Order: sequence, then C-alpha cells, then structure tokens
Amino acid sequence: MIKAIIIDDERLARVLVKEYLSDHTDIEIKAECNDGFEGLKAIQEYQPDLIFLDIQMPKINGFEMLELIDKPPAVIFTTAFDEFAIKAFDNHAVDYLLKPFSKDRFDKALEKWRVLFERKENPPGLTQVMEAVSHSQIQRERIVVKSGSSIIVIPVDDILYLEAADDFVKIHTRKGHWLKNKTMAHFEQQLDASKFIRVHRSYIVNISEITRLDPYEKDSHILLLKSGEKIPVSKTGMVKLKEVLS
Amino acid sequence: MTFPFLSIFKNNRFPSWIPAVWLLWTGLHTWVATEMGYNLRVAAIESLTYNLLLAFAAVLLINILKYYTPGKGRYINLIALTMAISFIWYVSSRSILYALFNNETVSENFWGNEYTILIPIAFLILGCVALVFVLMGTMEDRELQIHQKADAEKLAREAELFRLQQQLQPHFLFNSLNSISALVGTDPVLARKMIQQLSEFLRGTLKKDDQQQIPLQEELRQLSLYLDIEKIRFGHRLQTEIKISESAIDSLIPALLLQPIVENAIKFGLYDTTGDVFIQIHANKENNQLHITVSNPFDAETASPTRGTGFGLASVQRRLYLLFGRNDILQTMAKDNQFITTIIIPQHD
Repeated sequence: MIKAIIIDDERLARVLVKEYLSDHTDIEIKAECNDGFEGLKAIQEYQPDLIFLDIQMPKINGFEMLELIDKPPAVIFTTAFDEFAIKAFDNHAVDYLLKPFSKDRFDKALEKWRVLFERKENPPGLTQVMEAVSHSQIQRERIVVKSGSSIIVIPVDDILYLEAADDFVKIHTRKGHWLKNKTMAHFEQQLDASKFIRVHRSYIVNISEITRLDPYEKDSHILLLKSGEKIPVSKTGMVKLKEVLS
Repeated sequence: MTFPFLSIFKNNRFPSWIPAVWLLWTGLHTWVATEMGYNLRVAAIESLTYNLLLAFAAVLLINILKYYTPGKGRYINLIALTMAISFIWYVSSRSILYALFNNETVSENFWGNEYTILIPIAFLILGCVALVFVLMGTMEDRELQIHQKADAEKLAREAELFRLQQQLQPHFLFNSLNSISALVGTDPVLARKMIQQLSEFLRGTLKKDDQQQIPLQEELRQLSLYLDIEKIRFGHRLQTEIKISESAIDSLIPALLLQPIVENAIKFGLYDTTGDVFIQIHANKENNQLHITVSNPFDAETASPTRGTGFGLASVQRRLYLLFGRNDILQTMAKDNQFITTIIIPQHD
C-alpha cells in the first residue's frame, strides 16, 4: 500500500481530497492533520510516500513545515494561493492543485507522481522548491526552528543577530539562540534588507538593535548591540551600514 | 461659419457694458471736438472714425494676445505691442479722415495737431484692455488648474476606494468554493445553502457604494453572511459573539467597513493560534460617536504586536482617511493575548 497524509486546516478541504482518493484503492490515508505540527508528527510516525499539503495554515505554513524535515516526502500542494505566487515553483513540486480543483486535475497530479514513484525517481528536489519560494516575493516574517522535539517559531523582529556556525546559522534572540541548517546567503536574501544587514561574512544584524558603532583597529569597526553583544564589522559591511544608517 | 476674429464676443465673455462705454466715449470725443470749434457733423464723423478704428484695434490686440501671451516679467513686450498698435491706429484714422475731408476742414496737414494727445490716450486705453485681458486669462488659467487638480484628486480617490473595495480576499472566495466542492459529495443540502450564502454575500459587496454610509444593522447583516460562510469552512474552531447596544443599531457606518476588519481578526486568530478562535464584536454609542471593537486571540510569543497586522487593516485605515480625512478612527492594541481593533465613527445627528 502507498502511504499518504493529508495536511490542511480546513476539514472540508481534507474531505474533498479523501473523496478524490477513494478511487485510488492502492493509496491508504494514514493520517489527516489540522496543522503543520500535527503534520510533522504524522510524517515522522508513518514515513509517507506522498503528502497533500496546504500552504496557509496556523502557526507554521506548509513551506515552513517542510523546512523542518530532513528528508521530506513527495508533496502535492493543495492551495488557494494565487497562481502568480505559485508559478515560482512550478517546475519543482510534484504538482500543485489550485483550490477548487476538479477530480480530473487531481487524478493528473497523482498520475504525475506515480510515474516518478514507479521509476523510483526522487521527487523533484524540495530544496529547489524552497529555493524557489525564497526567490519569490513571499517575505519572511518568522523563522521556524527545531529544538529537540519541540518547534520554535521566531518572529523576525525578535532576532538580534545571526551568526555563521559551520554548516549552520546561529539565530540569536533575547531568549537564547537556535541553530538552523541554512546558509548566511539564504538569510541575507530572505530577510527584509531595510531591517537586517550583513555587516560581516559571519554576521547579519537587526538594525533596530544597534546602539553604537566604534572604530576598531584599522579598516574595521565594532558594533555594540542593545543587548550588550559586540559584533565585528568588515570594510564592505561598513559601506552597507553607512548606506542604511544615513 | 464662425468668424474667429470675433470669437471674443461669444461665450458671455464680452461684458455688455463695453458698447455703452464706447458710445459715451465717442459722444464725449464729439463734444470736445465741437468745443474746439469744429461743426457738429465734422466732429461726429471724426470721432466715429477714430473710435471705430480704436475698437477695431482693441479687438485686434486681444486676438494677438490670444495666441501670444507674454511670459512672466515680459510686460515690456506688451507695452511695445500696444504702442505699435496705437501708432498704426492713428496713421489709419488720419488716412481715412484725410481722404474723407480732402484736407479741408479737419486739419492743415496729414499728421494733424492732435497726435500728441490722441496717441497717448489710445495707448492708455489699449494698454488697459491688454492688461485686463492678460490678467483675466491668468486668472482663468489658475481657476482651470484648480478645477483640474480637484477633478484629478476626486478621480484618484474614487479609483482608490474602488480598488480598496475590490481587495476582497480571493483566498476567501476560492477556499469557500473548495468547501462547496467537498460538500457537494457529502452534504448537498448544505452545499446548496453555502452557495446561496456566498452569492448573497458577493451581491452585497458588489452593490454597495463605497462612499455611502449605511445603518450599522445593515452592515451587520452583510457581516453575518460572511461569518456563516467562515464557520462552515473552519467548523467548531471559529466562534463569534456580536453584542450591539440598542442605541448603536441605527448609527451610520461606511458600507463594507466591518467585514475586512473582522476578516483580519479571523485570519490573525486562525493562523496565529492552533486552538479555538473566539471573535468578539461589540458596538455602542457614546457622545454621539459609534464605538466598535473587534477582538481576536493571538499568541504574544510568536506575533510581535509591533508587526503590522497584514494588508487588511492598512487598507481600512487608508479608506477611513479618504472618507474622514483623519488617521485616528482606527486603532489597535494588544492585551493579554487579545488583539483588539477599535473604530470610532463620528455621527452627525
């Protein structure tokens, strides 16, 4: 049996997917989830072959949920997201279904997935989907990280600064710091450039947290944050800082 | 068909007292001439010649000015032009008089004796005409500009209001249609009911004039259609409470104002928490002002109150500004995991 999970915060939307799936007797619905948290748990528990995923959901959206999974399963997005926004990752997801979708359209999406599944091909890279999303205009309002078994949602305004740490990025807030396996370049691109600035190869700073800028040796400066931390500023970082602060 | 040279006499722009003044002036001229010893017939012909040509010169001058307006500070050009026309006027008048009287009675030579008086007088009169015309033109231009600006602003405002109204979230519409699609399979009766509710809601948003104020009661009817649909979509997760005081029920409110505020509250509540969402809508009337509060739960841990509350309220804020010229009608506050939106709408009665 093929294992599938439906993740959507609207019961009727899940009912519809279930009904459309009833013809496909080889697919078993292992779980129905109300939100991303339930989705994460169910994915860990059942290791599904395929998930139907809504994008706009409580607390963490569909993309943010996927980010937290090391090896995400194949995904068919079901969303009322407007076409313009979703075109950005047209080529990367198995498929996406724009609500309301027809049975024919649904079957086509499944067919597309079956071809990939039978060829044992990996679904189109989800990392690519995520990249595509980050290139679209959807701006980051929060960052979702995993800490042990719990999930932490960090509003971007709470971030003091980001620090490069090997293959991870360390996210510093007043409540502590968390690791996320992304690159500095990724965050530099996703965060609002009028609020965050990369002052150094290894540091991105929340501009509203800056309290003082002092010279330090020649060609370099040091930033003092409201929280007391000191952040080095490179020569190019200084140029960017001047641009934003002036 | 038209005679552009005389077009200044049309459009009521030609004051009717001018011919009277002209007649008076011509009479005066005749009288002065008789006083100076000319017989009445000669004086009258002379005066008529001068003044008919002077009127013609004035019309000519105005026509020139219609196509040539001296720029700011270029009034020297205007003076030169007036002077030249005065001179031409005098030469033409004298030529006609010279021919008519064959140099007998009017004066001894072609130039006559009066040019020292007549040319300056003509210059003054024509100068006044030119000045009045130019000033009137400037004033008209300015008035036109003010009108155009006001028109443009009005159009822009209407267009903007229209756009703001159109920003009914397509999400809502598509998700509702998806719910109906699901209900068709499981509960056709409810599906039909939801189609009817959705249609009624859409009709309500279409027919409203955005600048129109409607009684709160009517606005609430539209709002309850919206809430019923959302409740079918989100099921038990969404609960609402509407409390309206007796005095507030007839108060006036801009049409379709509450729905986006409540929509924002629902979205904020539904997407910021995973539990049940209780939306409270309260209204009462105080000091001739309609107070409405809409509150929704949110998670203070993950939603910073400093963050904007999404597009919904920004457009409501803008709309209220366009309608009332004030920025303080809508206010928001966060308290104990409750996000509260308040609007205070002045009542006129």
